[in-house]
Amino acid sequence: MRYESLLASLGHTPLVGLPRLSPSPEVRLWAKLEDHNPTGSVKDRPALRMIEAAEADGTLQAGSTILEPTSGNTGISLAMAAKLKGYRLICVMPENTSEERRQLLRMWGAEIISSPAAGGSNEAVRVAKGLAAEHPDWVMLYQYGNPSNAAAHYETTGPELLEDLPEITHFVAGLGTTGTLMGVGRYLREKVPGVQIIAAEPRYGELVYGLRNLDEGFVPELYDESVLTSRFSVGPRDAVKRTRELLELEGIFAGISTGAVLHAALGIGRKAMAAGASADIAFIVADGGWKYLSTGAYEGTLDEAEDRLEGQLWA
Amino acid sequence: MAVEVRIPTILRQYTGGAKVVEGGGDTLSALIDDLESRHEGLRDRLIENGELRRFVNIYVNDEDVRFLDGLKTSLSDADSVTVLPAVAGGA
Repeated sequence: MRYESLLASLGHTPLVGLPRLSPSPEVRLWAKLEDHNPTGSVKDRPALRMIEAAEADGTLQAGSTILEPTSGNTGISLAMAAKLKGYRLICVMPENTSEERRQLLRMWGAEIISSPAAGGSNEAVRVAKGLAAEHPDWVMLYQYGNPSNAAAHYETTGPELLEDLPEITHFVAGLGTTGTLMGVGRYLREKVPGVQIIAAEPRYGELVYGLRNLDEGFVPELYDESVLTSRFSVGPRDAVKRTRELLELEGIFAGISTGAVLHAALGIGRKAMAAGASADIAFIVADGGWKYLSTGAYEGTLDEAEDRLEGQLWA
Repeated sequence: MAVEVRIPTILRQYTGGAKVVEGGGDTLSALIDDLESRHEGLRDRLIENGELRRFVNIYVNDEDVRFLDGLKTSLSDADSVTVLPAVAGGA
């Protein structure tokens, strides 16, 4: 395939069958390989869409500074686009994120402001909102509340999935900003009667949930519960186990959040088998494993990997 | 009937610091009432006007009860219940 530039090559990622992980010939799993995007993650889609929308409405102009709270992938996508388009990018990133993510951000020219590990992404959002108030000239795209995030998936990821898998019965993805699930979920619900939209939410260590009080909890502005049909919480042990199975059985080297998504997809598959139903379950491989090698998730026993991930933002 | 309930750091002031407590009940609502009888104050932190609080998520066997039957979700022996504050996910 030929494209005019890297940015133009966004999307149209492969959907691959998983013959060995699928529970049966009637209950099939399909992986959408979003690591095939320009910077290697699904976040290229919302990042570019948010930038283009801000350019179109005049919020972003030549030389603007973009500010964004991110645990990595969205920042990396924005950094690549910002470099090509001539914007300055400042990422607010929790300090308990992998070193690879920081190196990549710096390579693409982003500046990083660290937020405290305790509280995870909640703190990054809080710090970024504070900075945005202090610097009204900075443009915070704010992926947790920017409709362009979900729109990117409604307009591209959803239609690609339906084109490649018209028989789709279930869609499973990770829950972070909720943009993927909201966008793809809305699109598929409009086109496929009875389709199930399932969220896999990473369950981190205690450090991340250590709020001062419950009112500091956070639900992304984009989140609309009515788009989902179920939502599973997946801990690091199951996520690592499935990440390794995906590599072992199907050869796919994915990031740890994909293991969490696969865990939920396999649970759905088992239920379909038990009910004697056929199913075509598509899920998102959000990124490859490269950025997480230093977390220690890919070596040693599951117990060791689980211990090493304690306190880290692994998804 | 016994159900294991995981309590987040923020609510352990009501459980004497315990991370995991046991309780009983045929539904989540009954379980919370049972917990309240031994851990006074907990119910108010989970429920407001008869609904789960906005920033509280409760999972039965890892599934969010908002997509089951909410507070009426039925429980069986050896189910595991996890309470977590709603937080921003990685992005």
